[in-house]
Amino acid sequence: MDFPPSFILPFTIGLLFISVFLVIIIGIWISGLSRIDKSRIIHNIFTRKSLLAIRETFMESLLHRKIFRKNPVLGYMHMSLAFGWFLLIVVGHIDAVNHYQTFSVPAYKAIFMRYFVTETATTISGKILAASMDLLLLFVLSGVMLAYFKRLNSRIFGMRKTTKLKMGDRIALSALWLIFPLRFMAESVSAGIHHNGSIISQPTGQLLASTLPVQLLEMPLWWAYSGALGMFFLALPVSRYMHIPVEVVMIFLRKYGIRVQKRIDGYSRIQVYSCSRCGICLDSCQMTHAAIKDTQSVYVLKHIRNKNLTDEKLFNCLLCGRCQPDCPVGLELNNLRMTQRIESTKEYNSSYEYLKNGPIVVSPQTEVIYFAGCMTHLTPAIIKSMKEIFAVAGVKFWFMDEEKTACCGRPLMQVGQYEAAKKLIEHNRERILASGAKKLVVSCPICYKVFNEDYALPGITVQHHSEYLLQLMADKRLPVNKMPLRVVYHDPCELGRGSGIYHQPRLLLDEYAEVIPIKNEKEAAYCCGGSLANIKIQMNERNQIRDNAMEEYLGYQPDVLATACPLCKKTFAKSRNLPVHDIAEIVYMAIRQKNAERSGKTKTMKELKIELWGS
Amino acid sequence: MKHIVIIGGGIAGIETASALTDAGHWVTVIEKDAQVGGKLNNWSYLFPDFTPAENLAGSLVQKCSEKDFSVLHQTEVHSIQRQNGKFNITTSDEHQLEADAVVVATGYDLFDARRKEEYGYKIYDHVITSADLEQLLLPGGDLTVAAGKNPKRIAFVHCVGSRDEKTGNHYCSKVCCITGVKQAIELKKRLPEAEIYCFYMDLRMYGKHFEELYREAQEKYDIQFIRGRLSEASEKIDKSLLIKSEDTLSGRPLKMNVDLLVLLVGMEAGKGTANAAATCGIGCEESGFLKTTDSFLKSNFSEQEGIFLAGSCTAPMTINDTILHARSAAMEVDCWLKKQ
Repeated sequence: MDFPPSFILPFTIGLLFISVFLVIIIGIWISGLSRIDKSRIIHNIFTRKSLLAIRETFMESLLHRKIFRKNPVLGYMHMSLAFGWFLLIVVGHIDAVNHYQTFSVPAYKAIFMRYFVTETATTISGKILAASMDLLLLFVLSGVMLAYFKRLNSRIFGMRKTTKLKMGDRIALSALWLIFPLRFMAESVSAGIHHNGSIISQPTGQLLASTLPVQLLEMPLWWAYSGALGMFFLALPVSRYMHIPVEVVMIFLRKYGIRVQKRIDGYSRIQVYSCSRCGICLDSCQMTHAAIKDTQSVYVLKHIRNKNLTDEKLFNCLLCGRCQPDCPVGLELNNLRMTQRIESTKEYNSSYEYLKNGPIVVSPQTEVIYFAGCMTHLTPAIIKSMKEIFAVAGVKFWFMDEEKTACCGRPLMQVGQYEAAKKLIEHNRERILASGAKKLVVSCPICYKVFNEDYALPGITVQHHSEYLLQLMADKRLPVNKMPLRVVYHDPCELGRGSGIYHQPRLLLDEYAEVIPIKNEKEAAYCCGGSLANIKIQMNERNQIRDNAMEEYLGYQPDVLATACPLCKKTFAKSRNLPVHDIAEIVYMAIRQKNAERSGKTKTMKELKIELWGS
Repeated sequence: MKHIVIIGGGIAGIETASALTDAGHWVTVIEKDAQVGGKLNNWSYLFPDFTPAENLAGSLVQKCSEKDFSVLHQTEVHSIQRQNGKFNITTSDEHQLEADAVVVATGYDLFDARRKEEYGYKIYDHVITSADLEQLLLPGGDLTVAAGKNPKRIAFVHCVGSRDEKTGNHYCSKVCCITGVKQAIELKKRLPEAEIYCFYMDLRMYGKHFEELYREAQEKYDIQFIRGRLSEASEKIDKSLLIKSEDTLSGRPLKMNVDLLVLLVGMEAGKGTANAAATCGIGCEESGFLKTTDSFLKSNFSEQEGIFLAGSCTAPMTINDTILHARSAAMEVDCWLKKQ
């Protein structure tokens, strides 16, 4: 029996090591899933969802479609490396199968085929495959070249920032960068010796043979190539390239309906390891407007992996979610941070034992429960507008938190106090259910999100007032009056990205004023900077974030900045450059103006503006 | 004869003008309103001794008529150019003035209480500011609230727009503590049946007779002082107000129903001062008030030679402090002109 040459050892050892390692680690993670999640895998594995996962793996892990859309050069770089390498492996094996005329070709014979095959391809299929392999290697090399340039200057790629590397990453990165140039050199030298090769390796080989002692170089080059491969596999577990195998697993589990829970589990670990540290999330993070540059999602995930995350970084985040739509891997960045916050504050949860519900007496004709929220109590113009609108529409409502009510629980949840929040939730839930009303209208998106997601309220519709007012208007219970006001609408984080409500506020506003479309809106909308989720940020840093957003809005020269969140309103109102109003105030103002017209006391826009919010 | 132009005809402006005229200079005051005196005209009685504000305003008017300086009413400064050591000033009505020195005495603005929306100013009927209350304290002022009744319980909120990071004003406005004490006593005199509460962070009774007045408010007039900042106010159907706070001395949350809520609004540098800073090319502090070159010995000097500062355009000041600062400005201008 022929023993294979010794240079295949580094590659073979590396491949064995990584295969065993991955099987074990992914096995541990999957066994750490909840029972429900495990049954999700069992129920879905032999369904169409697996096919969809394969498709997504192909589109995202290989073609990198999302990065392509955002930045074509960066997309090409990732695609040439990932898809190119993938094709090299696949086509290489086909080439080997074709050459040896057997399906049981060992991996090393395919990977190092040009070493073993000393004759020129004679069949047409052999020639085509050899040429394809040369072209594919060229394709990958072009990606490697781009990667070199990116390290030197990330700005060429339109990225303002890129991530820093640690030791394991450096080793893996160096190995990755060496693999393909070494393969090219080794193949070319062998081609030069044996006078074979294809469209690129043949001329390169001849050139090398005429200038260098190729016989002497052949063995060291194949060793080096195999060594680089082995080194890459060995360094993979401690490098960011772990994302390559783990992301595939993540895509399958996600397709099966598994999501990040409010605890650290196997899936949250899989998500953490799926981060490629591409750094795209850095560009969309507004914390950089306040010169805070070390708390972004990519760093937090890195620190989670390295087990050195500090509370200083964990809590210095607005949880605005602006990084999430940009993540090419589609990671649940906010939820992953939340798992850590819950873990970090476990011992501080208050019992709230003093909360006791007395008898709840609500008139049986009550149509709507109105919950303004603590923040709305700090912006009474919104409450006043809502009360007037209820009166105009003839809605019988119960003002649940008019005087004394527990907090909705969301601010506690945002800082990880999940157990404490559950107590508040249970307390409020009892009151809501006891009222007998079937609709809960909320003025604050922070409350809205928690009522919607974490309160079990069977038979009760929860609506933010922007949805509710739109419905009242559609039901012709509210008069319509389009005012000549130019309005920029600021999407509140918890309502927009947090709850997916982008259109209702715009549709409503459109009936009462002119909404100007702006660059950073909907999914890309700015955070006002006032978020309750950040307990580390300084006031002046909040102001910088707010001013940066305000500057863009002022560029559109609106009459009013409209929003649908009392906290956003309060945050922006502080900057004094532009009147800021909640959507409910604008509706109320329009109705008042219409009534004034009817009674013959038509007011000019200017008078109305002065009356409602000063000149 | 040297010509000095003074921007602003409030207490500081008129006092500087009067002193410089006495020193033998030719003085012109540029005043944006129809009358001199500035915000003094809005007050009824002055702390700490309840002097009628009109007495002091009257003496300012008297100085204007008796002394030989001119006042350009309803006029604002459009631009100031420096040429051959002189200031060429263009006014809003296109007048040209040439001055050897300029004194900025543009004063302050009151904090716009609508920016503290949680207190409901201009949203609720019976939330007023200390400036609104001054008008009501004049003889014949109507203090009744809903249904024509006198308020039974009244609360004052200190530090509205002062010492408050959330409104962006970190500084103390100096006059509101004692204004609150003065107004509480005046209200108690007018409405002996009413309960009066003052919500404060701490009380800064630094001036002559201030502490005595504060003691009198407690002992003689039974005014209650509660250490705690108001968090929010809401209006009930009967138009009374439910206020929430914390009594930080007893460490308890507190709720109270009041018929009238008075917001003691602080001072801000204001538009006039910002405009003056822009036209004169002089710097502002982070607070918006004008920068003086030295806080001890040169508190009347701006960053531009020949441009001097007087009164509350440099920092919140009481009337007494303003008069002293204005006189010292006059002296500095006089000395500087003599050296030229």
